[in-house]
Amino acid sequence: MNIDKIKKEFPIFDEKIQNNDLVYLDSANSSQKPKVVIDRINEFYSKEFSNVGRSVHYLAVAATNLYENTRTSVQKFINAKDKNEIVFTKGATEALNLVANILGQNYLQDGDEVLITELEHHSNYVPWHFLRKSKNIKINFAEINDDGEVTLEEIEKRITSRTKVISITHLSNVTGAILPIKEITELAHSKGIIVVVDGCQGAPHLRLDMQDLDCDFYAISCHKMYGPTGLGVLYGKKKWLEELPPYQGGGGMINEVKKDRISYGDLPNKFEAGTMATAQVIAFDQSIKFLERIGIDNVVKHEADLVEYGQELLQKNNSVRLIGNPKNKGGVLSFTIEGIHPHDVATILDGDGVAIRAGHHCCQILHDKLNIPASSRASVGIYNTREDLDTLNDAINNCKKIFNQK
Amino acid sequence: MNLKELYQEIILEHGKNPRNLRKTENFNKDAKGHNPLCGDNVHVYLKLNGQKIVEDISFEGSGCAISMASASIMTDLIKGKNEHEAKEIVEDFLGMIKENPELNSENLKEDEKTKLMCLSGVKKYPMRVKCATLSWHTLVSAIDNTQEEINTERLD
Repeated sequence: MNIDKIKKEFPIFDEKIQNNDLVYLDSANSSQKPKVVIDRINEFYSKEFSNVGRSVHYLAVAATNLYENTRTSVQKFINAKDKNEIVFTKGATEALNLVANILGQNYLQDGDEVLITELEHHSNYVPWHFLRKSKNIKINFAEINDDGEVTLEEIEKRITSRTKVISITHLSNVTGAILPIKEITELAHSKGIIVVVDGCQGAPHLRLDMQDLDCDFYAISCHKMYGPTGLGVLYGKKKWLEELPPYQGGGGMINEVKKDRISYGDLPNKFEAGTMATAQVIAFDQSIKFLERIGIDNVVKHEADLVEYGQELLQKNNSVRLIGNPKNKGGVLSFTIEGIHPHDVATILDGDGVAIRAGHHCCQILHDKLNIPASSRASVGIYNTREDLDTLNDAINNCKKIFNQK
Repeated sequence: MNLKELYQEIILEHGKNPRNLRKTENFNKDAKGHNPLCGDNVHVYLKLNGQKIVEDISFEGSGCAISMASASIMTDLIKGKNEHEAKEIVEDFLGMIKENPELNSENLKEDEKTKLMCLSGVKKYPMRVKCATLSWHTLVSAIDNTQEEINTERLD
């Protein structure tokens, strides 16, 4: 696999960012976009635009077909059983809100428990928190171990007779821990518990197989998968999507509307109210084709090599402390530097053209647990190289120099 | 972009060894401030005497070098000033961080102005301006006794 060639497919790397070559290590936040995706948006708006759905004119029919083609591509990409198990949303956040909302409406009862983990992004905690107030739902937290992992045993320990839903991340955006979703789901299902997976970091970096994982819901963020912003995917098992009520009401999601009664449309329309992110959906097909062309196994292999190299490099750098040391780790390197606040680190690294993220990465529960207010995070994508991580290390050394550290 | 302009020695020194990082005993005014974007917290304590002169000022909190240094320098400068002067200095400082090329306050001596101007490098880093201004907004809230936590996302 020729990374230099792949990198050339991303126009942003031709740009000088504040006079520097860009070393982009913030893909866990959002990935850069390949030219095929950018061009597709432009082309659709320039030559093919129409809203999808009801209209019968030529452009509407063509756009609808393109839109539905992406649904089929996503279905194949994540090996879902049925194309109607794919629901487009405005992001993974909306996907998770959707699941919490519909389970709250029609499934969870007063006093039921939802089990999440200390690793969760706020978007997989706050939507459940709403149900604390409205439905008196209790939220339990499975704890991390010293390596920043949540184990199957820990999950098992936290399950009670009232646990109705387990909602967990596939891959932590801070420690990089990859959770044993298949095993957790097997355990959960043996106790009649629904499994919801936050796949924001899983989808761009792991091979996905919904039928093998067997989870009930899986949320995907398209802009982290070399795709457009404003778009997410919710995978949901057909029986749940059929059984549970709609999330939002509006055009497109109905069957029949009368003054005294309304019936809802079939899947997937039932969950896609209003005009959807049409251009983004159509362009997202190119993101999937891009990933398929490279081969997801190659992506996994390349990023595993990068993270191993980066880990070794940073471990050798005194005063850098890596957060978490999971056995099964995705492309995330979170760290702190003794005596230098992560925001100062990020500003100084930015001066050297190295884009990382600093803060709590929407994981305040985890940072509280680690007893740090914030951390710095370098995260990799398909376009990164070992040289990028060398540059990161050099920039960290420059940071230490500016702060008069050895 | 010159990072040395932002991270001047005086900022690094105050950031590393902040002055008045403690809680004033018998304080009679205080306020909290929070920057939700980066998680910085600050708690400013004031002890004013009968003439409304700041007898003691201190702060507790954690944050980046910029925010710690800014709070540290602020407490150094405000001590001994009266309430009115303190607020006028805050206004002058915020004006300088926002747009003014220099400080104009008559309540600051030349060496105090020089010290404060070390923070002017922040101007070029819009994402970091709030780090520098959090403690100053919080000071005003303490003086005005609003009992409201300052939130940098709710400021202009």
